[in-house]
Amino acid sequence: MSEKFTKSMARNMFYGGSAFFFLLFVAMTFDTMGVLPERDHRENITPEVAHGKKVWEDNNCIGCHTLLGEGAYFAPELGNVYQRYGNSKEAIMAFIKSRPVEGIPGRRSMPQFNLSDEDLNAIAEFLKWTSEVNTANWPPNIQG
Amino acid sequence: MQFQTQSIAKPYFIAAIGLFVGQILFGVILGLQYVVGDFLFPEIPFNVARMVHTNLLIVWLLFGFMGAAYYMVPEESETELHSPKLAMITFWVFLVAGALTILGYLMVPYATLAQVTGNDLLPTMGREFLEQPTITKIGIVVVALSFLYNISMTALKGRKTVISMILILGLWGLALFFLFSFYNPENLILDKYFWWWVVHLWVEGVWELILGAILAFVLIKMTGVDREIIEKWLYVIIAMSLITGIIGTGHHYYWIGAPEYWQWWGSIFSALEPIPFFMMVIFAFNMVNRRRREHPNKAAMLWALGTPVMAFLGAGVWGFLHTLAPVNYYTHGTQITAAHGHMAFYGAYVMVVLAIISYAMPILNGRAAANSIKSQTVEMWSFWLMTVGMVFITLFLTGAGILQIWMQRMGEAPESFMLVQEKISLFYWMREAAGLVFLLGLICYIISFFVKGEERTA
Repeated sequence: MSEKFTKSMARNMFYGGSAFFFLLFVAMTFDTMGVLPERDHRENITPEVAHGKKVWEDNNCIGCHTLLGEGAYFAPELGNVYQRYGNSKEAIMAFIKSRPVEGIPGRRSMPQFNLSDEDLNAIAEFLKWTSEVNTANWPPNIQG
Repeated sequence: MQFQTQSIAKPYFIAAIGLFVGQILFGVILGLQYVVGDFLFPEIPFNVARMVHTNLLIVWLLFGFMGAAYYMVPEESETELHSPKLAMITFWVFLVAGALTILGYLMVPYATLAQVTGNDLLPTMGREFLEQPTITKIGIVVVALSFLYNISMTALKGRKTVISMILILGLWGLALFFLFSFYNPENLILDKYFWWWVVHLWVEGVWELILGAILAFVLIKMTGVDREIIEKWLYVIIAMSLITGIIGTGHHYYWIGAPEYWQWWGSIFSALEPIPFFMMVIFAFNMVNRRRREHPNKAAMLWALGTPVMAFLGAGVWGFLHTLAPVNYYTHGTQITAAHGHMAFYGAYVMVVLAIISYAMPILNGRAAANSIKSQTVEMWSFWLMTVGMVFITLFLTGAGILQIWMQRMGEAPESFMLVQEKISLFYWMREAAGLVFLLGLICYIISFFVKGEERTA
């Protein structure tokens, strides 16, 4: 590196640059927080939806599935599963409920979580709510 | 060893390597579950094995970082560690807490673990990489604070070098951003937005300071190049890391409900993220070319040169591959992401920890500078086997990802996820084979510690 570019210039570039861009990031985050309510339809987060998120977390669903593209890539995307299952909460609940305890020989299978009817309804409500977030048209098609 | 208390690093390094072995064994299990779906089902379902795989990775890297700090900071500060006793207590607390958490994952259903550890009181569990019970998370914070106190006090009473300051800054950042793991609102979108403040601001932010500092330390010791030159490079590299990486967080905000301007900001800044990694390559090779001594530890040199190259490929090239918003629209959440994740973590963080271990371990074992030629040869075999194994894991996952995107997301008649997974299973078999090569490399690595022979001197 050039001799004219001194270590103290490099140091100033590090501290100045980092501080500037971190502050910019915080400012953009404030802006995002202002815009988000229009996109995440938070007014529809009912107690069932909130409970559904808890069920989602307590059973580590993200360990196999993606949700809005984030998670594990072992099982299907669930951000649009509500539409994929014909806008039917019942279909989602029936699928989760009917998983065989011992799995399917040679194939991937979702575990049987023995969820209560209340939990099943909540997880379906949560997935329905998630599917209605404005995600800039992602995923590209119904297959997720 | 210049200071007696540097020896604290040794148990940290040994624990790191032990947990690394566990991580890879679970990686091999996961790879097999991709093609033999019912392997170990229902005893160890995929989600549990994955949690063990990723959590062990994080924990062993943290052990590696802490070991590196305990080795480097006394030497940089030219003083003994503030409290070796506290460092040993921290070690055991972290190891036992980590082991209990992993056992918890394996012994009881996750929902039961959540219940008995009080996840109802302060729900933080069940989010990717942050699956640890809340009580473990609190433990991590306590361990981190005690570690940071110890290291910071040591640095404060001694010589303050750029390397130790950057290392400590990175470690404080690591602890600080981890606090966002306690924020888990009912609104999934807010949850996701700030989840990235832990995950992205770690691996594409403050961890890069730790990476840079460790690499700079090893290069100073091995090449004997003037500290002034190395420190200037370090500043420029980490400046570029944060200037590009902080706003680069935006590449995670494209499709999770955040406003669409992030597609521009995220694309532009994260497209620049390969620059600091490329500079790191130039830096490392330059310093080695200008070396003023022939260090006898050739294996450590190999790791130190391998780190920037593989980090550039994994984080830089494979990151750029899918970071532009129009491309990411199709690649988001596919095997392309998995391919990038594997090589980036290996190149940037696994290799730098193995580099400092390779440099420090012979000295911690009472040798002047290096292991025997025989031992180093085995270690260098492990370098090539693991690195080539990882290159092929990445390539096969990339192949799988491209096909997945084509069949599931781009073609005329998109096919279902599960159907596509079956069609591309050949690539998963090949990935598993590459994984076994990696495991073979890891076995060589362990063996290299037990190969005796005359110490190699310059």
